[in-house]
Amino acid sequence: MSRDHESKECRCGRGVSRRGFIASMGVGAVAVGASNRLLAASGEAGAAEVTKPGQWVRVTLNVNGRKHTLLVEPRWTLLHVLREEIGLTGSKAGCERGECGACTVLMDGVPRYACMTLAVEAEGMEIVTVEGLMKGEELGEVQQAFLDEDAFQCGYCTPGQIMAVEGLLRSNPRPSLQEIQRGTSGNLCRCGAYAHIFKAADRAAKLKSGKGGES
Amino acid sequence: MSEERKGLYAVRGEALPPTPAPGSPPEPWKETRVVGAKMPRVDGYARVSGSAVYPSDVSLPGMLYGAVLRCPHPHAKVLRVDASRALGMPGVHAVLTGDHPEARRDWTYSQWRPPKEAGSRLFDPVCRFEGEPVAAVAAETPYEAWDAVRAIGVEYEVLPFVSDELEALKPGAPAVHEGGNLVQTENYSRGDVDEGLAQADVVLEETYRTESELHTPMELHGCVASWEGDRLTLWESTQGVYVVQKEVADVLRIPLSKVRVVGHYMGGGFGSKLEAGKYTVLAALLAYKAARPVKLLLTREETYLAAGNRPPANMTLKAGVKKDGTLAALDFSCVCTGGAYPAGGTALVDWLVRDLYACPNVRTEATDVYVNAGPARPFRAPGHPQGAWALEQMMDALAHAIGMDPVELRLRNIPAFSQAREGTPPYTTNGFKECLEEGAKAFGWKEALRRAAEFNRHHTHAKRGAGMAGCSWFVGGGWPPATVILKLYADGTANLNMGASDIGTGTKSVMAMVVAEELGVKTEMVQIENADTGTTQYASASGGSKTVPTEAPTVRAAAIHVKQQLLDMAAADLQVERSDLTFRGDRVASVSDPSKSVRVQDISGLKKARVVVGVGTRGPNPADKAIVPFGAQFCEVEVSTRTGEVRILRFLGAHDSGRVMNRLTYDNQVVGGITMGIGLATTEMRVLDRHRTGKLVNRNWHDYKLPTSMDVPAEITSLPVEIPDDEANTTGAKGLGEPVTIPTAPAVANAVYNAVGLRMTRTPINPLQLSRKLFENRKEG
Repeated sequence: MSRDHESKECRCGRGVSRRGFIASMGVGAVAVGASNRLLAASGEAGAAEVTKPGQWVRVTLNVNGRKHTLLVEPRWTLLHVLREEIGLTGSKAGCERGECGACTVLMDGVPRYACMTLAVEAEGMEIVTVEGLMKGEELGEVQQAFLDEDAFQCGYCTPGQIMAVEGLLRSNPRPSLQEIQRGTSGNLCRCGAYAHIFKAADRAAKLKSGKGGES
Repeated sequence: MSEERKGLYAVRGEALPPTPAPGSPPEPWKETRVVGAKMPRVDGYARVSGSAVYPSDVSLPGMLYGAVLRCPHPHAKVLRVDASRALGMPGVHAVLTGDHPEARRDWTYSQWRPPKEAGSRLFDPVCRFEGEPVAAVAAETPYEAWDAVRAIGVEYEVLPFVSDELEALKPGAPAVHEGGNLVQTENYSRGDVDEGLAQADVVLEETYRTESELHTPMELHGCVASWEGDRLTLWESTQGVYVVQKEVADVLRIPLSKVRVVGHYMGGGFGSKLEAGKYTVLAALLAYKAARPVKLLLTREETYLAAGNRPPANMTLKAGVKKDGTLAALDFSCVCTGGAYPAGGTALVDWLVRDLYACPNVRTEATDVYVNAGPARPFRAPGHPQGAWALEQMMDALAHAIGMDPVELRLRNIPAFSQAREGTPPYTTNGFKECLEEGAKAFGWKEALRRAAEFNRHHTHAKRGAGMAGCSWFVGGGWPPATVILKLYADGTANLNMGASDIGTGTKSVMAMVVAEELGVKTEMVQIENADTGTTQYASASGGSKTVPTEAPTVRAAAIHVKQQLLDMAAADLQVERSDLTFRGDRVASVSDPSKSVRVQDISGLKKARVVVGVGTRGPNPADKAIVPFGAQFCEVEVSTRTGEVRILRFLGAHDSGRVMNRLTYDNQVVGGITMGIGLATTEMRVLDRHRTGKLVNRNWHDYKLPTSMDVPAEITSLPVEIPDDEANTTGAKGLGEPVTIPTAPAVANAVYNAVGLRMTRTPINPLQLSRKLFENRKEG
């Protein structure tokens, strides 16, 4: 299925979905390809200059509007750098293999799994984590809606769910129930609070459009 | 911020619940102001803002990362471990194997009922399941730790294995332990089953199977371990800090006062985090060896292998019923496995058969066997969803066989007392009848059946059906011991100090509401510190639906203790008898002379001492009574007869869990329990390659599928059947978290039967299984 078809078919394609994730892999490949400093002549077998563990690369990451310049190993994921190097632990590690969505962040406004993105790939992109939705000590609309609707239990998938909904609403301000379900389908909640998450997404849409959360 | 200080911390004017004299029990709450309301969580801000620090978020100066090398075979002897190359690798600070004396430690897999053979070693020379630890490493980054793990060479003698619990009992099956593969057989009987069956008008027999489920909470299992000299601090993702403290102290053979376990937040457990793991001890040992803090979190794959599961159950049920709907006999047997160690493989699987319905003649036999697979851990309502899968489908089949409505059949067999408990005690409250009746009414049960039949007349490839099932839960009343401390600050706000973990059920919020109810202080003015063995009071692990009924009365007792002291102090200030005083909002006033009153903050005793400290302890449960939550769930499904897909259209859970403490988190439990039950019914299944390798085939969330947002209905209705249980405890609450997931799967199966006329006796009802059955049915038909 081509990506053109995807974008035509579904307005909610910018939420993290299984298919959206594949598109994200495509974006990643482009980013790596462009960064020829790392993988020169990657197409040719034998000629590739392979970066080894222990070799450091300088990257500048734009996270929540602040630039972080640091040395990373090329194999480090964006999630590892966010959590363990920068100290933004709002993004959670649930599987580190692109299954659960607990690590979802926005990259150039689009929800992506930070565990499936290398830190070096993320250079030059605008990254927003759950901490970046805060307005000082005030909660953002989606966060507030999750709190009001009790759209979580243990709270560990919650930052990822919130980022998935944030991304969805940025591309589709008034999603239908089906669009909400699809937009959060890449985010697992083992506590099973999905039915409350749907309500929270709907409430967040209303809060964002200034109509308040009451239906 | 300043507005908050100007405003009231407490309610004004309203009468607070009466304060009993010291030593006297409090009266049950009559009308509540706060308890029962829909209140967003007191820690919700921390959880949605990303500022809550979970154990996996903890980062300490100089911290290293741990990783564990695990046996890739289901059964093997470890002959030699060569870690020499790993030790010299960049960033590596410590390596542990069975060759190191400090790692030679005993280990017990089951903390619940450890029988004699339960013993294992931290690094056991015989690995009896895939995923047993063989070595562990600490390095400066997780990447370097995994590089080092991969560089450790291990020589194994691979042994024959058995993965299938039925095969395990056959002669010649590979022995998991030297004594053979039988853990134990438990028998129960009452009345005369054969006589009962002979007197029945209809006798049915069926075999059922539920697959093994894996807990997979979102936060990985593990901890951060840090030593200061001989003092160990662990930040562990756990349901019970005091349990972890004891286990770690026992294994390391150090005093309790040398182990502090902290778990302020935790990302889900469902029973799999009631205990410490080998990983906890490994983290502590690595940290000691490296003299640096160590963060050791399992990978997702490791949690599939070595962090517990719900045992698979093979069940046979023979049941007899009379034409009038009276149950005549139940004859049940099951073979289950808790894996390679005794871990409650059959625990409580037969409980509902024994106790849910009135039946004079019952016989059960439960056989627990060893296989070469990861040891089980308690999984939300241990045993019950398995047993309910058999019993509740059987009740449905019996109802059809005698031409009676399934709700009606259940109503005719509601027991007046607990038949399976010693002394057959009465229940403190039993709302099963109300759950069935009010649930059926709110769901529109008869109408749903009629509508489905009508729909099916007009559709060939889509068929609809409605189904229902009932349940109770073994222990819903909580029990002692528990202690909490409640501090009233000089400005009239409060601090609650309690050892219990809030595992996502909203424990902290409910406790803040109890304080608010009793003291008149607003819930947001209650600061809570919890789940820290160093600084908070004793609580058993949060699990088994016992946290609210255990802790809430304890918190209420502490609040009453505060009020009693305030009354004493106010009596001195106002020069009136203590018995003449009562609380009105934030004031203490004389009943006989209302002009005599004092604001709580102005009571001189409080002003002088700066705080008033109340201590609450959990009293005993009523003697000779059973405290049991009940429930009934109803659902509507649509089956595609072309693809075998089941779409769940809506669900309703009617639950009697005593008083509703927080309607918002209450409803969330119902939604979550049903969602998890949908997983058991339709998607979840551990697959072991039982013929060739014995390895776990689906060790990730792609291959082991949890319900996603696409698999659950948006319409899940929670209908509390609220019968405050004043005999159970002083807050009237019973447990909720387990019962809400017990009847879900059989309700789905019964709805599928109603839709297509096929009994799905094995979980999960996925398209593969259902389309095969539909195909076979067409061939025969």
